[in-house]
Amino acid sequence: MNNKDLLNLIDITVSFEGFLALNKLNLNLKKGELRAVIGPNGAGKTTFLDVITGKVKPTKGEVIFKGKSLVGRKEHKIARLGVGRKFQSPRIFENLTVRENLEISVATPKSPLNLINKIIKNEQLDEIERLLKIVNLAQKVDSKAGSLSHGQKQWLEIAMLVGQKPDLMLVDEPVAGLTDEETDLTADLLKSLSGENTVVVIDHDMEFIRRLDSNVSVLNQGTVLCEGTMETIQKDKKVIDVYLGRPED
Amino acid sequence: MSFSKIKFDKKIKLSFWIILIALIIAAPSLLPVFRLNLLGRYLSLSIVALGVDLIWGYTGLLSLGQGIFFALGGYCAAMYLQITSSSEFPNNIPEFFALYGVEKLPFFWEPFRSPVFTFFAIWIIPALVAGLIGFLVFRNRIKGVYFSILTQASLLVFFNFFNGQQKLINGTNGLKTDVTQLFGQMVGSESMQRIFFWVTAILVIASWFFAKWVVKGRFGNILIGIRDDEPRVRFTGYNPVIFKTIIFSIAGGLAGISGALYTVQSGIVSPQFMTVPFSIEMVIWVAVGGRGTLLGAILGAVFINYAKSLVSEALPASWMFIQGGLFILVVTALPEGVLGWIQGDGPRNLLQRFGLKRKIETYPSLEVNNKEGNNE
Repeated sequence: MNNKDLLNLIDITVSFEGFLALNKLNLNLKKGELRAVIGPNGAGKTTFLDVITGKVKPTKGEVIFKGKSLVGRKEHKIARLGVGRKFQSPRIFENLTVRENLEISVATPKSPLNLINKIIKNEQLDEIERLLKIVNLAQKVDSKAGSLSHGQKQWLEIAMLVGQKPDLMLVDEPVAGLTDEETDLTADLLKSLSGENTVVVIDHDMEFIRRLDSNVSVLNQGTVLCEGTMETIQKDKKVIDVYLGRPED
Repeated sequence: MSFSKIKFDKKIKLSFWIILIALIIAAPSLLPVFRLNLLGRYLSLSIVALGVDLIWGYTGLLSLGQGIFFALGGYCAAMYLQITSSSEFPNNIPEFFALYGVEKLPFFWEPFRSPVFTFFAIWIIPALVAGLIGFLVFRNRIKGVYFSILTQASLLVFFNFFNGQQKLINGTNGLKTDVTQLFGQMVGSESMQRIFFWVTAILVIASWFFAKWVVKGRFGNILIGIRDDEPRVRFTGYNPVIFKTIIFSIAGGLAGISGALYTVQSGIVSPQFMTVPFSIEMVIWVAVGGRGTLLGAILGAVFINYAKSLVSEALPASWMFIQGGLFILVVTALPEGVLGWIQGDGPRNLLQRFGLKRKIETYPSLEVNNKEGNNE
């Protein structure tokens, strides 16, 4: 653990009635880093995000974010500290328009008193325009989010995540169900976001992870099996055994 | 939407308001006092329905206990009227106390000597009680059907408590208001009832605007967000507990106002306001009128109640069947309620079915998509 680290997970254990979803998991993230997390089904990838965002309380262990412990804090407090999350299947507010979705995400402070005010600050309106351009949804701005295509929904959720201005972005399977072209654009988008933000991407898609060109952590049975660049982990024997499969297969 | 369509919509809106205001002004001279009084009562019920729409239609909280707050508002109004009209009774306290040998006014009656206190108590007390119950329930993340059951259980607790307190608030007999005095006039008199009708009509419109203001913009969008995906709202950095408590409290306040207006127009408040069926009926009005439409709640409350009184006069005992049938019809055929159906594609689909209207293009957005393709 050092000062440059944004997030430290120390010996995290999560037990669901005896089943260990996470088992003494250790993981450190530097500021501005882009990190990919892969692992077979049931490796604990989503539980790992649940622990950071406060949805699941670890049975044992400590989560340190910006020098503060996150364990026991409520979800909305963790979000306000600067942890943003994109869910596996796109979770946007389908009965609201694209603009309304973004208005909610960029609003600050996130208090009822601020929201009952009908006037939205200019810098927030500018931010919405900027986000719309990034994810190419400017023409759909007044459509119901529920009417968007799957890929557009994924992007809207990414835009909402960015609009929250989190220091740490947790992105769960952002390219599930996207076309190849959309996948490439998403990879570029996530790469451009890192540096200023710290981004954790969870995915199965090897091509996509390779394109991210980042450090990769491999999870297996609730613990970190191996960490390193894509090249290193592809040569790692343990990883090959549990996840990638032997090259001759 | 084209320019002419907007203009057309505005004209419809304007004419709607003119007709509505004309009807409100004319109603007391057009309707016999008996009917006017009924209409006034049903209009006051539409205010509690607005509250139900806010918490259920917008926020997804199905409360079966709005009768609590409705009755609290009614009791606040009735206590003021009773105590200010008790000068000729023994000990200068309301008449019913003598029946139970009570000689000293219970302490909580004292502040109700003040009209100013009562004016605020009518909506603030129910709002506070709702806020407290709501906060405790929402903080423990109780939702869905458990929330509904809890509100109904609270309703029964309040009902039994009020029913048993003869020495405090006349128990099951309730508090009569029609023979009390307000501003030197009998509350049950014709002229007073006419005034109450107008006050109710104005308050219904004011409550409607207030509710529209609440649900417009980002605050209302968060309510819809809570209804559709509460965890997502949390992970975005909002605390749903506060938003739910506020809206439940607002609904409680509206129920209080509604209860007070209903009490002065029906002449009595009693624990009957806190029976289980009555609170369920409130939900039915909103379901039939249209959830999440506000206007639907008002229309639902007024029309269903008016139908109830007309049907009950013509065919006594058949109303419950009709109401049940209405509810089943709405749940199965019109899940959006009547107004939701009209505002949606309902009428078009119906006309299509009879071949009276052309079908819409399958891909009306094809052109838009092409444009997008060019941009990429």
